[in-house]
Formats: sequence, C-alpha cells, structure tokens
Amino acid sequence: MGDQNTVAVYTPPAERPYPGPHWITEKIGSLVLTPHTPIEWIVVFGAVFTGTLVLLFAIVWLLYSGIGIWGVNIPVAWGFAIVNFVWWIGIGHAGTLISAILLLLHQAWRQSINRFAEAMTLFAVTCAGLFPLIHLGRPWFFYWIAPYPNTMGLWPQWRSPLVWDMFAVGTYFTISLVFWYIGLIPDLATFRDRAKHRLTQVVYGMMAMGWRGSAYHWQQYEEAYLLLAGLATPLVVSVHTVVSFDFTIAIIPGWHSTIFPPYFVAGAIYSGFAMVLTLAIPLRKIYRLQEFITMRHLDNMAKLMLATGIIVTYSYIDEAFIAFYSGNPYERYEIVNRLFGLYGWMYWLLVATNLVIPQLMWSSRARKSVAAIFLVALSVDLGMWLERFVIVVVSLHRDFLPSAWNMYYATIWDWATLLGSIALFVTLFLLFFRFFPPISIFEMKKILHKPEVSARA
Amino acid sequence: MEHRRDLPIQWRSLDPKTPDPRAPMPSQLGDVNRREFLSLMAASLALAGVEGCTAPATVPEKIVPYVQAPEDVLPGRPLHFATAMPFAGYGVGLIVKSHEGRPIKVEGNPRHSASLGATDVFAQASILDLYDPDRAKSVTNRGAISTFGAFVSALSPRLEELQSRDGAGLRFLSGRITSPSEGALIDAILRRFPKADWHQYEPVNDDNARAGSRMAFGRYVDSVYHLDRADVIVSLDSDFLYWGPAHLRHTRDFAARRVFNPADGSGRGMNRLYVLESTPTVTGFKADHRISMSPSKIGELTTAIASRLGVAGAPGQELNEQWFEPMMRDLKSHGSSSIVIAGETQPPFVHALVHAINEKLGNTGHTVEYMEPVEMRPVEQFASLRELAQAMQSGQVDTLIMLDVNPSYSAPADLEFSKNLENVKLRVSHSLYYDETAAACHWHVPKHHYLETWGDVRAYDGSVSIVQPLIVPLYETKSSHEFLSIFLGNPTRSNYDLVREFWVGQYKGEEFESFWEQSLQEGVVQNIALSDPLPASLEASPYRARASRPASPLTRGRITSTTAWTYSPPREGETASAASGGGQFRTPQAPPGPGNLDVLFRPDASVYDGSFANNAWLKELQHPLTHLTWDNAVLIGPKTAHDLHANSEDMVDLVVNGRQITGAVWVIPGQPENVVTVHLGWGRKVSGRNGMERGFNAYALRTSDNPWHATGGRIRKRGEKYKLATTRDHHVTEGRHMVRHMTVDDYAKDAGLIQRETHQPKPDQTMYPAYENIDYAWGMSVDLSRCVGCNACIVACQAENNVPTVGKNEVARGREMHWMRIDTYFEGPAAEPDAYFQPMFCQHCETAPCEYVCPVEATTHSAEGINEMTYNRCIGTRYCSNNCPYKVRRFNFFQYAAWDIPSLKLLYNPDVTVRSRGVMEKCTYCIQRINRTRIDALKADRKIQDGEVLTACQQACPANALVFGNLLDENSRVRKLKSEPRNYGVLAEYNTRPRTTYLAALKNPNPEIAGFETAQHNNG
Amino acid sequence: MNEPLYGLLAEFKEPEKLVEVAKSAREKGYRLMDGFSPYPVEGLPEALGSHRTKIPAIALTGGLIGGLGGYFMLYSSAVAFYPINVAGRPLHSWPMFIPITFELTILFSGLFTAMGMLALNGLPMPHHPLFAVPQFSLATDDRFFFCIQANDPLFDGDKCREFLNEFEPVGVYEVDV
Repeated sequence: MGDQNTVAVYTPPAERPYPGPHWITEKIGSLVLTPHTPIEWIVVFGAVFTGTLVLLFAIVWLLYSGIGIWGVNIPVAWGFAIVNFVWWIGIGHAGTLISAILLLLHQAWRQSINRFAEAMTLFAVTCAGLFPLIHLGRPWFFYWIAPYPNTMGLWPQWRSPLVWDMFAVGTYFTISLVFWYIGLIPDLATFRDRAKHRLTQVVYGMMAMGWRGSAYHWQQYEEAYLLLAGLATPLVVSVHTVVSFDFTIAIIPGWHSTIFPPYFVAGAIYSGFAMVLTLAIPLRKIYRLQEFITMRHLDNMAKLMLATGIIVTYSYIDEAFIAFYSGNPYERYEIVNRLFGLYGWMYWLLVATNLVIPQLMWSSRARKSVAAIFLVALSVDLGMWLERFVIVVVSLHRDFLPSAWNMYYATIWDWATLLGSIALFVTLFLLFFRFFPPISIFEMKKILHKPEVSARA
Repeated sequence: MEHRRDLPIQWRSLDPKTPDPRAPMPSQLGDVNRREFLSLMAASLALAGVEGCTAPATVPEKIVPYVQAPEDVLPGRPLHFATAMPFAGYGVGLIVKSHEGRPIKVEGNPRHSASLGATDVFAQASILDLYDPDRAKSVTNRGAISTFGAFVSALSPRLEELQSRDGAGLRFLSGRITSPSEGALIDAILRRFPKADWHQYEPVNDDNARAGSRMAFGRYVDSVYHLDRADVIVSLDSDFLYWGPAHLRHTRDFAARRVFNPADGSGRGMNRLYVLESTPTVTGFKADHRISMSPSKIGELTTAIASRLGVAGAPGQELNEQWFEPMMRDLKSHGSSSIVIAGETQPPFVHALVHAINEKLGNTGHTVEYMEPVEMRPVEQFASLRELAQAMQSGQVDTLIMLDVNPSYSAPADLEFSKNLENVKLRVSHSLYYDETAAACHWHVPKHHYLETWGDVRAYDGSVSIVQPLIVPLYETKSSHEFLSIFLGNPTRSNYDLVREFWVGQYKGEEFESFWEQSLQEGVVQNIALSDPLPASLEASPYRARASRPASPLTRGRITSTTAWTYSPPREGETASAASGGGQFRTPQAPPGPGNLDVLFRPDASVYDGSFANNAWLKELQHPLTHLTWDNAVLIGPKTAHDLHANSEDMVDLVVNGRQITGAVWVIPGQPENVVTVHLGWGRKVSGRNGMERGFNAYALRTSDNPWHATGGRIRKRGEKYKLATTRDHHVTEGRHMVRHMTVDDYAKDAGLIQRETHQPKPDQTMYPAYENIDYAWGMSVDLSRCVGCNACIVACQAENNVPTVGKNEVARGREMHWMRIDTYFEGPAAEPDAYFQPMFCQHCETAPCEYVCPVEATTHSAEGINEMTYNRCIGTRYCSNNCPYKVRRFNFFQYAAWDIPSLKLLYNPDVTVRSRGVMEKCTYCIQRINRTRIDALKADRKIQDGEVLTACQQACPANALVFGNLLDENSRVRKLKSEPRNYGVLAEYNTRPRTTYLAALKNPNPEIAGFETAQHNNG
Repeated sequence: MNEPLYGLLAEFKEPEKLVEVAKSAREKGYRLMDGFSPYPVEGLPEALGSHRTKIPAIALTGGLIGGLGGYFMLYSSAVAFYPINVAGRPLHSWPMFIPITFELTILFSGLFTAMGMLALNGLPMPHHPLFAVPQFSLATDDRFFFCIQANDPLFDGDKCREFLNEFEPVGVYEVDV
C-alpha cells in the first residue's frame, strides 16, 4: 500500500529516484516564486478577464433595468440564474469531497490534487453565491433574508428553503475557506523562507502567521485539520441536500420528489470531478506537473465520475418510474413532457452527455487516454448544466393549469451572465495558481518520506 | 367511494403554437421592452410638458352627490356621483367614485335599467380615456394649435353666408343621438338652417333591425327582450349577451335563469339556449346547443321556423337537421315563454320574420315588447351616410360639421368617404381624439370626456339619465351642447345652462329644484318627464324628435302588413340591403369554398368600432374567445385553415371584390367552414400612441350595401409570420378538468358526483393546526353556470387595483399583469365545441403553497384568512409564483406602473399601493374595500353585514357569478352557495384549501337532440 | 554566558534523529524543548511528552453553542417574538428548523476548531527568536531542528552542547533572545 501511495502522488522519471524534500520545495516553489509567467497563462487570463468584464456589465445593466432583461416570465419565474446557481454549487463539491472525505478514507493519492480542488470549491461557490443575489427582483434588499435586528422587528421566514440555502451556502463557503487556509499555512511559511524579494517575504510572512513547524504546533495542527475534515464531510453532503430542498419542498410536479437529496449530492460530485479534471488536465500540461498529477489520479477520478454517474442514471430512472407509479396525472404528464415535450431535445442531449458518453470510462484504454478523459469531463460539465435546466425550467413551464403554461427563452443577457460567471471562475483560478502553492508541499514531503508511515496520512 | 366517469378530453384552443426551442434564443434587449411599455402609458416628456392637467378646482356648477346610497353599493369614504356613459348613443347608468375630486372608478348604477349595478369592459375602461395624455387638448386648425375663439370667428362669417341661403350646403354628421337636449338643439339648428341636412352614422348600427321592423310594422320600433321570463331562447346569430344597448340587462336576466331548480314547481327551472350562429360568440359559447352554420343558412333556417309555425306569407322551407325538429317542439311547447332573437347582422327579412315568429309563439307582450325608438331621429344610417357621400361627390356640400364620428376611418370602403370629403370647402370635426377625420378637417374642436360634461342620454328602454360631470375639463375642450349652440349664434352659452334650461322647459311640475336634485342623485330621471306631452318646439320639428316619450312598453307588435316581408325568390343583382325592403337571403352564385369565402365583419370585443383604439386597458385585455391582445386577426376555422394550408400567425392577404387587407391568421374552434371573421376597429392611422399601427383596418373591405357579410373572399398566404400576443400558450388541457360541469338532469339524479370525483378533502384531513379566524373568514364563490366570460371583472380589477399594462412584447413573453384572468376550456369536436369559462385569480388557500416558501414573510395569512402580499417586504425571489399551483401571481419584471405621467397620477386609486419594479403582486380580495367597510362598521359598533363588501370583480359582474362574503356568517350568500353540492375547489386534492371555490357549470341540453346525447354519454 | 540565550538549536538532516534526540533529552530530564520540521514527524510530540490536545473539546463546545443557539433563535423568533400564520403551518415547525440548526452547528464547530488551533499554538506570532538564526529558514524546507531552551532548569550551555553533539548534528547554534 505504501509504495502504491508513493506511486500515487509521484512517479519519478526512470533515470533518478526521489531526490528528497528540497526538490519538492524547489519544484513547487519555482512555479510561483518566479518573475516569469507562462505565456499560456497570460493569454488565457486576458481572455477570461475580458469575460469577467462582460459579466460585470451584464450585472450593471440588470441592476439598472430590472430582471425583465432575462427570459424569465410567469410561469417560468426561475431561469438561468437558478440553473447556474445549482450547477456551480454542485461543481464546488468535489474540492471538499477530495480533501475531506478522501482524507478520512486515507486515500493518500488525493494529496497532489486536494489543494487546487479546494481552491476550485471556493471559486465555484463564489460564482454560485452571485446568482441568488442578482436574480432578486430587488437585489439591494438581499440582506433581508438574513436574521438581523431591524426596526421592523421582523425575522426571516424560517420555513423557506431559500433561507436554508443562505445558511448552508454561507457555512459551506466559510468552512471551505478556513479548511483551505489552514492547509496553506505551512506552505506559506515555506514560501516565506524561500522568497528572495522583501515584499514577497513580508506578504507570505503575514499569511504564514509566524509558522515555524514546531512539533507541538504540528500536533494541534493535524488534530484540527482532521476535525475540520470530519466536519466538512457532513457539510458537503448537507449543502446540496439543502439546495435540492429548494425544489423538493415545493409542490410542482418534477420538483416535489424525495429522491432529490441523494440524487443532487451524487450529481454534485459527478460534476465536481468533471470540473477538477477539466482544470487539472490542461494545468498539469502547462506547468509540467505530470510527476505529481499522475495517470493514476486521472484514472481514479474517472472511475469516481463513472460511479457517481451511475447513481445519477439510477435517479433519472427512479424519477420516471415513481412518477408513473404514483398515479398522479400531473407527475406523469411532467415526465412525458420532459421526455417528449417542447424541450425534449434538451433531455435527450442530457442523456447523451451525462449518461451515455461517460460510459466510455468503463474501458481502461479510454482511461489511459488523457484526451478521452478530458472530453468525457467536458461532456459531463455540459450534461449537468442541462440536467439543472431540465429540472428548473421544464418542470415550471407546464405545471397544473394548462391555461397558465408558457415557454421560456433565454435572452442574450442570460447567456452573458452564464458565460461571464465561467470567465470569473477561471480568472480567480488562474490568480490562485499564480500566487499560491497549487500542490500541498508539506504533505508531499511527508508522504514521500516514509511510505509505510505516511500511508496513514 | 370514489366514482370515476371518464370525461371527454378538454382543450383550450386550436392554436398549437409550438415555438421551436431549437430556434436561436431571441435576444430581447431590455430597452426595447422599456420603450414598449413606456409608450403604452404614453409617457413622453414633450407631452408631459404640454398637457396642463388642471387640478380639480371648485366646480362652477353645483353637482349633487349620490346621497341615498343603498348600503350594499357604497363601500367607502370617497364621494360617489351618479352619471351615465353614452355608448354608441345609448346610456349606461353609472356611479362614479370620486377621490378628492378625481373620478377614479366607475360602477354600475343599480337604479338604472341598462346597468342594474353592472358594468361592461367599456364602461370600466372609459375612466382611462379621461386621463389619457393622448387626448386632443386644444382646438387645432389644419393640425396647428389654435383657440376656440379663433374657430368661432372663423366660422361665423360662413354661418351668416349659410343663413342667407337657408343653410343650403350645410351638412351635419353625427353618431346615434338619444339625448333629448341635444335633439332639441339639433332641431333648433335645423329650423335656423332649413335647407341644411343632418346625417347619422354609427359603424356598428342596427339598420337591419330597423328595416326589419319597417317591413313588419311599417314603422321603426325597438324590441325589448325579457330573458328572465324566457324558458327557451333561440338566438339567430345574435350576440345579445355581449353587444347591444341592453346586453348588461340581458346577461343579468339570462344568468338569473341559469340556476338549478328542482322541477317540483318550487321555482322556474333553468332556461335553455339554442344559438345558431355563423361565427363564435360569447353568447354562442354559453348555449346549451350551439349550431354553427354558414351565414346564408341562417336566413333559410329562419324561414323554415316561420313556415313551420305557419307564419302567413312565409315561404315553405324545409330543414332536415336532426336538431331542428326537437328544437321546434321545444319552442312550441314553451309557447309564450320563449324568445327568438335575430342578430343585428342578419338581413331585414330575418328580423321581420322573427317579429312574426314571436307573435305566433305568443311571446309578444310577454317576453318580447316593442316600443317607440329611443333615438331622436331613427334613420337607416348606411343610407344616410351614402346620401351624404353622394352629396359631397356632386359638390352640394360646402360645410360639413362632424360630431364625434370618424368616418374617414370607419366609413364603408365603397363610399370613398375620404376622397369625397376633399370636395367640402369647410370641414369641422368635434371629437375626443385627434383622429383620421380630424386630420382631414380644417378645424378640430376637442370634445369633453363624458365625465367632464353636462348632458343627458337615454337607455335602451327610453329611461333618461342626466350626465353630470365629475371633474373640471382637464383640457381646452367643449361639450357637444356648447359646440352645437355655436350654430344657434350663441357660442358662449355654458354647458350647464344649456342642459338645465332644456329640462326646466321639459318639467311641468312645481319644485324643479327637487326634481333636478333627485334626478342627479339617483342617476335616472324619475317618471316625471315621461308622462309629459311633447314640447311644441320639438313636435314641430321636421324630424319629430321624441324628447321624452314614455319608456313603458308602447306598441304591442301589430303586424301591419304581411306583404312587406313576403319572401320572393332572389332577383338579379338584388341584395337584402338595409335600404331596400327586398326580403330574401342571397344564395351565393358559387358554393362557398376556399376560393369563395364568406367574410363576416364584427365589432371588436375590446376596441368596439375603433373608438377605444388608444385605451391600453382594453387593448391588453384578452379577447374573450381568442385570448389575443394588442392585435386583431383573420379568424378562420380549423378545416378551412387546413384547406388553405394556413396556420395561426401566418400573414395573409384577405381579398374581397378587389379590395384587400393584410393580417395574421388565427384559427378558432367553432368557426364554420369557409367563413372568415374580421373584427373592426383596428389598424388606426391617426390616434394616440397605443392606437396606431396595430392590427389591420377591416373597414377597408366593408361595403355599405352589405356591411356585415361579404361573399367571394379569397385568402392568399404571404409566407411571412407575424407574432400575435396571446395570454394563452397551450391548446389542450391534457385531460385535466379544472372546469367541472353536468347537465341539470344528471345533477338532479346524482348531485354529489362533482365533489366525489374532485376529491374534496374533509376539514379534518390535515396535519396542521386550525387557525381560528376572528369574526370574519372571507371567501368567494364563483358560479360557472352564470359566468358568460365577458371580461368586465378583469378591467374592473385593473381599475380598482392600479394594475399596470405591459405592452405586446411583454404579453408575448408571458408577463401580463392582470390579477384575474378568464380561462376558456373547450370540449368536444373542434367544429362544434362546448365552451366553459372559468375566472381564475388568487384562491386564497388556507395552506397556501406560496407562503411557506417566501424567505421574508412578504406573503402571509391574515387573521381573517386572506392571503396577503406585503409589497414593501418583497425582495422578488419569485419562489411564491413558482409554487403557486394556479399561477395567479404576477411579477413586476420592469417598472411597469407609470410613476411620472401627470394625468395618470390622477387615475390611481389612493387606497392601493402603486407597485414598484421587482415585487410580486396578486389578487387581495380588494382588501382596501374590506378595511374601509370595517372602519365604518367599527364606528357604528356593529359587524360588517353580508353584501356590504363587494370586490371590484363582483360589483362589475353583470351575471352575478361572483359572490364574496364572510364564511363565519351562517346566513351569508357565499356560505349558502358553498354548501351547494356542486361546489368544488380547483386542485383541492392538493389540500391547499382554497377560499375561492367554484360551482360546477350546469347545462340544460334538450335530451331529444342526439348529438348532445352522445356527448353526455361520454360524460357518464 | 555573557549575553542571555534563548536556547541551543541543533540542525539535523533526518527526522528520525529528531525523535532520537527528543527521547533521550526527555530521559535526561530536559522539559523546555521543541523540535522543528518541514512536515509533521511521527512520534515526535509523544517523544517530547505531549500526548493529547484540547482541540476536540473546543470543537464540541463550538458545535453545542452553534446548535443550541441556532435552534433557540429559530424557536424564539418564530414562536415568541414574531408569531405569524404562514400557510397554516404550526408556529413551531421543528422539522423545518433542522437544516439551519445543523448548518450553524457545523459553522461554529469549524470556526472554533480553527481559531482554537491558532490560539493554542499562539499564532499569529510575527517574530520569534529562532527566526534570527539564519539556518532556521531551512526548517520549512528539508532540515530538522531541535532546540533546548535556556530557561529549562537543567539547562547548562556546555553540557547541552555536548549532549546535542552526541547525535552528529549538521551544526549547533546559539539562539539569542
């Protein structure tokens, strides 16, 4: 097992064995502590930053003229905004899952990907958090959802899943941030001591909070880190459960379903891993991290994608079955409409991207091809977005009274906001990759030093 | 216990309208929408500057409030004044609510025979015209702003000249005039200018009925129908529930007989309505038997009925339809308690025959009565207008004065009115808006809105109302009295004096003041003037204007000549025009077919003949049958559409006798084959910003010799599409039965069926605690048997609750703001559907799904069980709307309400918040009315009585379909109604416990008629 | 010893040495000492005689505060401070209070854990005497340091230096206060 883990996080080039901790310090430190920025980074950053500005403009225009610029209407009062929200939250799940759950499961191979997976979580949740705010009719009053002493003596309406969302997403973001930062402290100390330039020394020094690697500190540190992992685990499960409550608590056919919580969590992890792969594969190339993010990692994550994908598939089948089994005409019609209605093509595209294409991952040959994995990951990213669209919009556009049915068409502003949020996400991620250790230095050192010991990482 | 019957599929419309989701997402720039809805309320800084909306200062003349208010009519503090709205010349009695001198809401006057407390969409929406910033605001000379003084001084030399030649060459053109005082002025003018002539033209008139009565009686008479006395009603293409000066009365009387009465003689049973029509109408869809047939068939049918009844001189005509014999038996067996009604659009001989039929059936004097025409000068108006047109063509007219008419737009195409108008040297128009006619005139003198003017008007039954102003004229306008008195040489006489003096002259009793005050208070001139002899002056008038003949039934139908309407086979080129008495229906040369379509012209349900073209409320109002807004359409039936390969929203050219218009097709159920219906009043060229360039102008196809029905129409597809904004997207109800219905016979057998099959939960079937309501538990009952789908409630709600309009683009996007809608469900074959109307608005569920998902307590439950919206608290998550199974919540996606248009600020109801962008809104059960009444009750230290609070929709409803009240009061009407076995809640199986419940629709089909037998068979 | 010392710092290449030194130092009776490493060294804290931490207790406290406090907020506001009929649901709809209670439990517990860890470690601490030793910067790279503090009762400069030298350190440095 020990050797496996060594192999897991680091496959040395054939000619030389593991050169020792200093080599890791060098290897990872040099990614950040260098005046030289890879040209790919600059190009991509330029592009996505422009995209971020588009998002900014779309939001300004939205605040100026009202959410009527979007495609939403009655009955489809929730459109892209909520779809994107759920999608981003889902993506956010992989990070915590990798760093927390796999930590508890002693999956040592996680070490080389957990750091940027956690960062990904933060940025995904940031993007997600944006949408519930701007989708309000009167966004400037968003804080009315929060409990705070006010002259009206009013409190939030605790039965509303939107309030639960506020707490769940807020907690999730905070804990993820803490977890991520705690993990960073020793590495920041490493940067502090390795930095040449005074300014960088000071900045990293501040962030390292005077960490000096004392044995006593390490003891508290590991305990706390483990506990945080233990707390994050139920949290990550609860967050998407609560998000799924937004729908299950309602009585709309296609929303009101008890399978949603597990189904959403699985879907979240599904899309999360897809996104991790979508990011990891190009980055390991640009930054030549193949030694750390090995084929073994890609292989494992592909397998996890496959597994969660199967759970999601099951949920789809179950949903349809229960609808018919219920004998409720509205539920039945909802499924029929979802499959063969005016948005049916979206459902079948979803089936293709989310259920069919990922089956490629059964073949170990496909799992050995980086390109194949990358494509599947992209397909799942798209598929999960479609899934949320189908749930939110297609359920709403035909509910109970046919007299109230209507179609929903996204406008250019809906698209600007969606694509803009993706740009924002990548922007934040690139900045992180430029200024923070993308791979946990001390954990790598530890695990590579004594496999038989570090197996208990 | 659960007994299921497999109900026939219900569907909503024939318009599949399946937009292709693959199509690229339309990029709707926000500012386009903004421009759209801003223009609606006609906000324009330029105008806002110009319009000097006078603050209602002290009214110079004394107007008298409606003091003796029946307490069940006046809910609130503001003053209420009785007045009357002239619509197409006839009066509808109104009571207008005035807040701080601003009239803000009209209601019907219960004492007025044409209203009985109800109103229609036009009366409700007329208040918006008063404040319309697009109204003509000052006298214009060839379009340039001028003054009244300038106009008078320009006119007076011309008048002197005219007087010198006894007014030869002077012509007047007006609409229908029933106002005694106006009539008197006109006669005075005609005495001053003996050679002058007076013409009348209403685009929607009753010439055919006129000619018919002339054929039957040798004179003009008006028919008055008593539907409440009728057990069997046969309508021959008559939409008597929606059109005509008595339609409110008709609806009220008709609905009163749509109730289930056990046949134990305890009360007269439910009436039965046969409608034989050539295009779908509101009346047709309320029928127990609706038979659609091509227009020319109606004549045959009438003749058949007549000959079957042995009407002297009626030609032998047989009709072998399986429904005919049973219907005739039904008619005969109900002898004197039946009515046969012919539509205005039917040729004269049909009317003549119908008079005879009613006589034969013994209805005359019981369900049908005849009386002297209410009009001052009954004429056949197309003839009158033709005469004028010819005179203009031959240059005999050098001065034309037009009073509140718009012939340049609405004259039949064949008269080429606009062209002939050019020959007139001096053209003057006096109307509310600067319209096509005004643009073609030298002078335009703007007219008072009826809420700004003194006057008088007669209702369909002759009863007279004094029109009293509610507000000082907002703009530099003149009343028709003031305008007319120019021609009597005294342009400075005040409106008030002119009207009052006329009545001083009329009144023969002592104490004129008390008579005057009483008349103003009650809104009806009490039978004082009526018994009066005709004033000499009027008797002497060449037109024998009847200022004030008794309104009580006059002439029993005496068939004076049986020859006048004797059927003769069609002669070459003869048509059954209103003018010629020639009584036969045309048998079209070629049989009707795709190449030879019957084209029907009908008034539009929302803009009437075009006079409401700038009224945003009416334009955005869903058409009762098509649910279209902001456009008219070329209406064809499904079969015809299939033959022509035309689908809804296809642009087509409709060609009739070389004339053509271009419009979008809309496919409607119940339309007979090869029949095209177009609605008048659209496609205005000169109007306000809401009026112009919407829909197409059907007058362009209309001819004066046959204004309602043209043959030989052809439809050419243009290959373009045109987006029609409908408030209804979906066409089938997927087997869902939101509207429940039974036949009276089934209901008599098994009354509990409805509740069983709708799974109404028992009160104790819940996990939640019962919240006790204190003193009041408000609830509503909607009787689907009574509702005729006339939409009056929708506009009433809009006026009462400051509901904004959003414009075509927004409606097309599914963002209309109406708090209530009327869902129309069809059943049965597309050609002969049964239709059911269902008013749908907030159901005020006791366990409201919208409430528990709101994060900020913006929608909660009141102690009286009302589902309340707190606008200030709403942050606009729209979750409540998503979770509302009835989808009755409305959201302000933009700033729809007009904040900044001065004249519209006067319109708003101060008791209701004007909502801002980003908040949700919905029906509140008119909580402002409840609270106002509660204050009164508390002051008097009593509880609110039943019927003391009327919601706006309920108050407007002519059918009394909506009843609101306190469920805790055992004796309240609403509670009694809810205890009926046919009471059910929509989607009650979800245990939302709606406070608004429905009474299943009852139909009373003739069991002998097979078609319905089978239909009923499916109904179990 | 003319100037006051913070202690003696020995530099090693292998983590195992660190554990060795710690063990025997503790046998010798030294108490105020510490080891420094770029990554946690298994068994070092135990060798130094530190066996358990208070972190779990702190986490539990946080959780309790969050959970109980949260439910109190929900209950008091919904039932006591602002009772209102929402959709006919009971004022005390406890099942619908669970999600928020749960999230608050996690939130507080997590924050307490993180803050507690920093507090117990006395972080943030911008300056520390050890930072003055140039070689110490390798403590975050690949070197392992052992420090016996001067305020240890048994501390005696030369004896300590000899003791540390027994383990063939890379070097032994004096750490000024």
